[in-house]
Amino acid sequence: MTRAGRTAVLIWLLGLVACALVVWRGQFTADMSAFLPQRPSATQEVLVEQLREGSLSRLLLMGIEGADAPTRARLSKALATRLAASGQFAGVQNGDAAAFARDRELMFDNRYLLSPAVDAERFSAAGLRQAIGDSIDLLASPAGLMTKSLLPRDPTGELLQLLAAFEGRDQPASTAGVWSSRDGRRAILMAQTRAAGSDTDGQGEAVARVRAEFAAVAADTPDARLLVSGAPVFSLEARATIKSEVERLAVVSAIGIVVVLLLAYRSITALALGLLPVLSGALAGVAAVMLGFGSVHGITIGFGTTLIGEAVDYSIYYFVQSRQGSDADWRARFWPTIRLGVLTSLCGFASLLFSGFPGLAQLGLYSISGLIVAAAVTRFVLPQLRPARFAIRDTSALGRAVAPAARGLGQLRWLMLAVAVAASAVVFVKRDQLWNERLSDLSPMPPAVLALDASLRADLGNTEQGYLVVLGAPSREEALVAAERVAAGLQGLVDAGAIGGFDTPTRFLPSTATQQARRAALPERAELAARLKGALADLPLRAEKLQGFLDDVATAKSQPLLTAESLKGSTLGLAVDTMLQQRGARWTVLLPVRSSAGGIDAAALRAALANEPGALFLDLGEESVRLYADYLGEAIWLSLAGFAAIALLLLATLRSLRRTLRVLAPLVLAVLLVMAALTLLGERLTLLHLVGLLLTVAVGSNYALFFDEGKTANDSHTLASLLVANSTTVIGFGALATASVPVLHAIGVTVGPGAVLALVLSAMLATPQEDA
Amino acid sequence: MKLIRVLGVLPWLTFCALSAQAAGWDIDTLMRSLAKQEGGRARFVETKTIALLDKPVVSSGELNYQPPARLEKRTLKPRQELMVLDGDQLRLERGKQVLTIRLSDQPEALAFVDSLRGTLAGDKAALEKNYKLRLSGTEERWTLDLLPDDQRIAAYVVRITFGGARNHVEWIRYLQADGDSAVMTIEALDGK
Repeated sequence: MTRAGRTAVLIWLLGLVACALVVWRGQFTADMSAFLPQRPSATQEVLVEQLREGSLSRLLLMGIEGADAPTRARLSKALATRLAASGQFAGVQNGDAAAFARDRELMFDNRYLLSPAVDAERFSAAGLRQAIGDSIDLLASPAGLMTKSLLPRDPTGELLQLLAAFEGRDQPASTAGVWSSRDGRRAILMAQTRAAGSDTDGQGEAVARVRAEFAAVAADTPDARLLVSGAPVFSLEARATIKSEVERLAVVSAIGIVVVLLLAYRSITALALGLLPVLSGALAGVAAVMLGFGSVHGITIGFGTTLIGEAVDYSIYYFVQSRQGSDADWRARFWPTIRLGVLTSLCGFASLLFSGFPGLAQLGLYSISGLIVAAAVTRFVLPQLRPARFAIRDTSALGRAVAPAARGLGQLRWLMLAVAVAASAVVFVKRDQLWNERLSDLSPMPPAVLALDASLRADLGNTEQGYLVVLGAPSREEALVAAERVAAGLQGLVDAGAIGGFDTPTRFLPSTATQQARRAALPERAELAARLKGALADLPLRAEKLQGFLDDVATAKSQPLLTAESLKGSTLGLAVDTMLQQRGARWTVLLPVRSSAGGIDAAALRAALANEPGALFLDLGEESVRLYADYLGEAIWLSLAGFAAIALLLLATLRSLRRTLRVLAPLVLAVLLVMAALTLLGERLTLLHLVGLLLTVAVGSNYALFFDEGKTANDSHTLASLLVANSTTVIGFGALATASVPVLHAIGVTVGPGAVLALVLSAMLATPQEDA
Repeated sequence: MKLIRVLGVLPWLTFCALSAQAAGWDIDTLMRSLAKQEGGRARFVETKTIALLDKPVVSSGELNYQPPARLEKRTLKPRQELMVLDGDQLRLERGKQVLTIRLSDQPEALAFVDSLRGTLAGDKAALEKNYKLRLSGTEERWTLDLLPDDQRIAAYVVRITFGGARNHVEWIRYLQADGDSAVMTIEALDGK
């Protein structure tokens, strides 16, 4: 071993150790936030924040089926009690009457601080006459049965004002005293995990707690079943799916590749040596992503199995092609071609680095570092480790066997033109249906899981969650004050019919300023008694019956203001927590907006918010579509840029327009064919298909470059190496095509066929007829 | 929402005038003759006597009954209000506020509504599920008392009395557990 050789091996070993350390200490993630943008606009930031941390990301929906209705109700109550006591949930709701009674009591006790009707005018003699007269009128109504008992203490009907805020919402059905599905056959509960959406482990513990507590309370009712859904379950399912898929893919493709290499080499030593660059590359790739992004996404690792398919090519080229001569020969004759192939691949992957999707940027960084290391190990380390007089079995027989076919392909060159025209026509005709515009299609959730979620949501009457007004402020009080301003504007829109309704945290927690103003509007006891006398003059109600009212107003004038703490543990507190959130030093208010029968007048809404700096109106559905469209558009440009970089690199290196075109033509054609075929098969292309197409170009460029050498079709060694390399690539990506994770499936289904096409088309186009 | 539960229990669900004729006379024959009633419109006046108030609260308006399941009560005074009972659904509109209640969610409310619906439709079996029935008077001037079996209903109303002549219901009286009462008189507008 030369001195330089020893240095190379030493650097390699040190590098491996360093990478292993980084990987060992690193973090693996599997939430879908890697496929959310990194540099979002203001509205996207809210969307991403909601998906990662927001209340939706913490909402667990539970259903209890089987047994009979009273049993389900009993289980629902027992489960809710245990979950609330577990400390892992910010709130648990099951529609239990007892819980509502507590909320009602809280509202009743604080009615003069909470009711928007409370002001000085309402407590003037005329205002009292009006309000009490209304309450007496209400006694004539069916609703009077309820208000009658409240009248002595709440003659102005403030509690009704507050309850009306609840009435506007869709309420779940109720069976045997707890929430249920419409048909009453399923008890429904809902809980908010304390763990945020991005804390998959914490959410996993919460979901496990739900299942364990249910098992405990339902121990003696074996026919009762628990269903759990919601965003936390989704992220757990996603992580589990990705993990099992990645493991399965790694095993399947590793076995496939090992078998192919063994068949080709018939040597364990060669196999072990051949896998060294791949493993080094994969390790380096993961380490690079850890250093660059702080953690590695499961999908990146899954994608890494495909890199095995490409990186193993280098050692295949080396072993097969160096068989005929010395290492120096190989370095002189083949290495420049391989190097150019590596460089073109790097150009392709480098474009991914600029993607605003952290997931794609991770794939880019992983591939770039992995390929560089794999190629460098092949070039500098492998020759050092190769035992003296080591040679793999002669594979040229394979090359000779296919050589006539390869030459024959050259005769079919005319076919390429026809196929190119046909594929272009398909892509052109279907250009409007080419791309998939739904972000949700990247989600790894099986349809059954989504269906369960939709059904539980429908039970809760929680089908619309699409519109939000978002505000930010540096303190809770300022956030509440801003929310009150916005709520006043929104109320105008409700009255005008532009929107159906809205929620605001200030309904349950008014700003301190507002609470103080309401308290100040309440007259002193003696003053109130005097005004009451006047107000009741011509009403059939005597002031003596309203002593409770005088007492309660006097109490309200001296009682402490409502705070977030005083609402803790109640449904009101939970509602406030969902709508008012602290992130670092910022407070964010989310006001859900409901559409009216005629939909939502977004223009009127935006106009109403115009005077509120920093207030945003968000249509979550539209926003997520736009977000995805933005990133798809960005990825298309990046891919085109990557392709342009590859073309420039080839032109600069080959110094011939004709040769450059000859290398690029089969690649472009392979891409067109794959697009056309997938479209004809009814598959809508996503961002990840696009990445797959880019990969096709990167991988295929190696083949095209070898054929461009001109002698390949006649060189059985080179031909054999290409065949073996191609089959390992196809195995790697073919395994991905069977994945149920859409992201991985999309890449596999694109690159697998694309690689074969690139090889065949390169053979067709590049066989120089003059040599035949 | 429990406002709804309480609301659902309201006595003041109403209904309308009836007609037809009867033969030999007991609860069964009364029920049969009520069952033949075809529905229609009626005027009502409802007087609630409430201990808290110095004088009764009086409301009036129109009833519209379409057997067997739909009943509309449109209050015109003192405040406009519309209540519609249709199958399993009870809807209350007052000003801009609309409340919808599914009766099957609220067993007590359902039992209550069934007292009214059962009488109007002459469905003795349905009435006997929740009430003891007591008939007195003559075919020309009868009264039918409904006494709730279920404590949850009795907590709101201790007796519901229907009074009428032949197959016309002419008045209904609700006696509440707290001693307050409501009487509704009904006068057919186009009942047959």
